[in-house]
Amino acid sequence: MSDQPILEVKEVTKTFGGILALNRVSFHVNEGEILGIIGPNGSGKTTLINSITGFIKMTSGKVLFRGKDISRKPAHKIADMGVTRTFQIMRPYYSLPAYKNLVIPLFSPRAKRTGGWRGGGKLGDRNTVGIDILEEIGFERDSFVPYKMASTLPTGYLKRLELARCLALKPEIILCDEVFSGLSMSEIASMVPLIERLQMDGIALIMIEHRLRELFRVARRVMVLNFGEKLIEGNPEEVMANAKVKEAYFGSDEEVEEDMSYA
Amino acid sequence: MNTEQRRKERIDRGIKVRTDGLYAVMSWRELSYLTLPRIVLIVGLLILPFVMPSMYWQRVISIVCIYALLAVSFDLLAHFVGLVSLGGALFIGVGGYLSAIMNTSLGFPPLLAIPIATIAGAGICTLLLLPCLPLRGVYFAIVSLMYPLAMTRVIEALDILGGTDGIMGIDSFPNRWVEQYFVILMVLLFLFGVRRLVNLDIGLVLRAVKDNDQAVRASGMSITLYKAVAVFISSAMGCLGGACIVHIYMWSGMSLFALDFSIIPIAATVIGGAGTLVGPVLGCLILVPVSELLREFGTLRIVFYSLILVGFIVFRSEGIMVYGQRKYHQIERWVKV
Ligand SMILES: Nc1ncnc2c1ncn2[C@@H]1O[C@H](COP(=O)(O)OP(=O)(O)OP(=O)(O)O)[C@@H](O)[C@H]1O
Ligand SMILES: [Mg+2]
Repeated sequence: MSDQPILEVKEVTKTFGGILALNRVSFHVNEGEILGIIGPNGSGKTTLINSITGFIKMTSGKVLFRGKDISRKPAHKIADMGVTRTFQIMRPYYSLPAYKNLVIPLFSPRAKRTGGWRGGGKLGDRNTVGIDILEEIGFERDSFVPYKMASTLPTGYLKRLELARCLALKPEIILCDEVFSGLSMSEIASMVPLIERLQMDGIALIMIEHRLRELFRVARRVMVLNFGEKLIEGNPEEVMANAKVKEAYFGSDEEVEEDMSYA
Repeated sequence: MNTEQRRKERIDRGIKVRTDGLYAVMSWRELSYLTLPRIVLIVGLLILPFVMPSMYWQRVISIVCIYALLAVSFDLLAHFVGLVSLGGALFIGVGGYLSAIMNTSLGFPPLLAIPIATIAGAGICTLLLLPCLPLRGVYFAIVSLMYPLAMTRVIEALDILGGTDGIMGIDSFPNRWVEQYFVILMVLLFLFGVRRLVNLDIGLVLRAVKDNDQAVRASGMSITLYKAVAVFISSAMGCLGGACIVHIYMWSGMSLFALDFSIIPIAATVIGGAGTLVGPVLGCLILVPVSELLREFGTLRIVFYSLILVGFIVFRSEGIMVYGQRKYHQIERWVKV
């Protein structure tokens, strides 16, 4: 991990009609870093990801990727640069088997250029590369799982499939929108090493999570959003100790206080 | 005592478990099971001109083929890309007028004018439809329907392209056999070509655009680009049909923009089975001759279409081809156990 920023977000603002969903949010992510973003429901986390990745047009503000302004580019151009995302509500191709789901991102110009995850600049047979990626992301290769229709896969595999689609593009940074939510404890336990491995491979990550304990295992820096505004950022201990965060995020719920002590 | 027992087994049993493309390991029996429907279709279409009782009915076959091109074009866009197109009339009109102009003004022979009109026409139609490609919903259908309506008014008002009289003196095909086999071969070419296309990786991307366009964007691909590619292929089929029509009738007029060309292919697709590509062709083989038989009823024909269509939607909504395929796969044989 270096202190070179890979992504700089500057004063990003988004309004929906009269509603201010994001109010001058600024932060940065360094090369190879994992940044956690937390905040109550409706605080604008998904809107932030949508704005950065071009899925919605931000009202004002700037996003720099390795110093280049990407804030007015269309979504597919941003993904083509290696700034990839997962969807909170999973978006697989339900009518296709899991491995065929990856043939589509592997058909993209970026995958052709880079060879896909571990491709080393050369793209092999798309079906095989797809199955390789699925294996790495936790689909058992010798089972039927990679060949199953996406519509029959349980949530755990669909969340992995979201990540796999990003990997097919050989991403520089992945913006994860709640990849842990909806998963069981044991499923999360198996996802955490996966995330750590991605980081070791040099990919930077932004992780939006409600599951704080698991998030704090991988993210050393956390930012808090509330009502579309950045409250604070810092390491997990600082953030959890902050009174404003306690109030905004947890209210006075004692159960969560207890939960925080694990952090 | 005879202990031999028999049970029924589906013929496609051994085939289903293998992946496509592994034909080498098959017996001739399985191979013929797979290829028979294709051979029947190809041979059937090729002998059609011979079995037609009169020149009038041979002409009907040509028209069937032109509608078949439109129907495959509709099916490709609607079922594999998710664009509901009412652009049949636009494609026919653009292709037809282009070929007519190239033939009468530039003196190109039909077999040269037709391919040029096909490509150039597809380019024009794609450009015309480009603005509504990023939009979702009914916009594409509305805009594709609006253009042919506008075209006729423009031709009428400005008295261009022969005005209401149309362009006359267009060369016909060298003879009626060339005409017949040219259109039949084109239908077969595009039918099997499109079938192949949708099963390639690029076809997978087109289907993905229909399934889930946001995921395609997140994969670094422009959905507008892939929609445009599909619209180009689709409108090429339509323009080809239009270019053929003007050389069949030796006349190009405003009726090329008639809405029949937009509506009948859709009806044929419903009857034949949406998403099967070959179904729409069968639908045209049924619907177009029926509509010829009903010609003397004039505009009352539309009532018959409606009845046929409603009947099909109520009783066999899946379409002939989907039904037929299922039955074909369910054919069983006796095997010893
Ligand atoms: N397309 C939209 N039109 C209007 N308002 C929207 C739209 N998308 C989001 N909003 C509003 O913006 C605010 C932020 O929503 P967002 O989905 O970003 O929250 P979130 O932090 O991701 O919440 P969650 O934790 O539930 O996923 C909400 O008040 C939401 O109602
Ligand atoms: Mg969200």
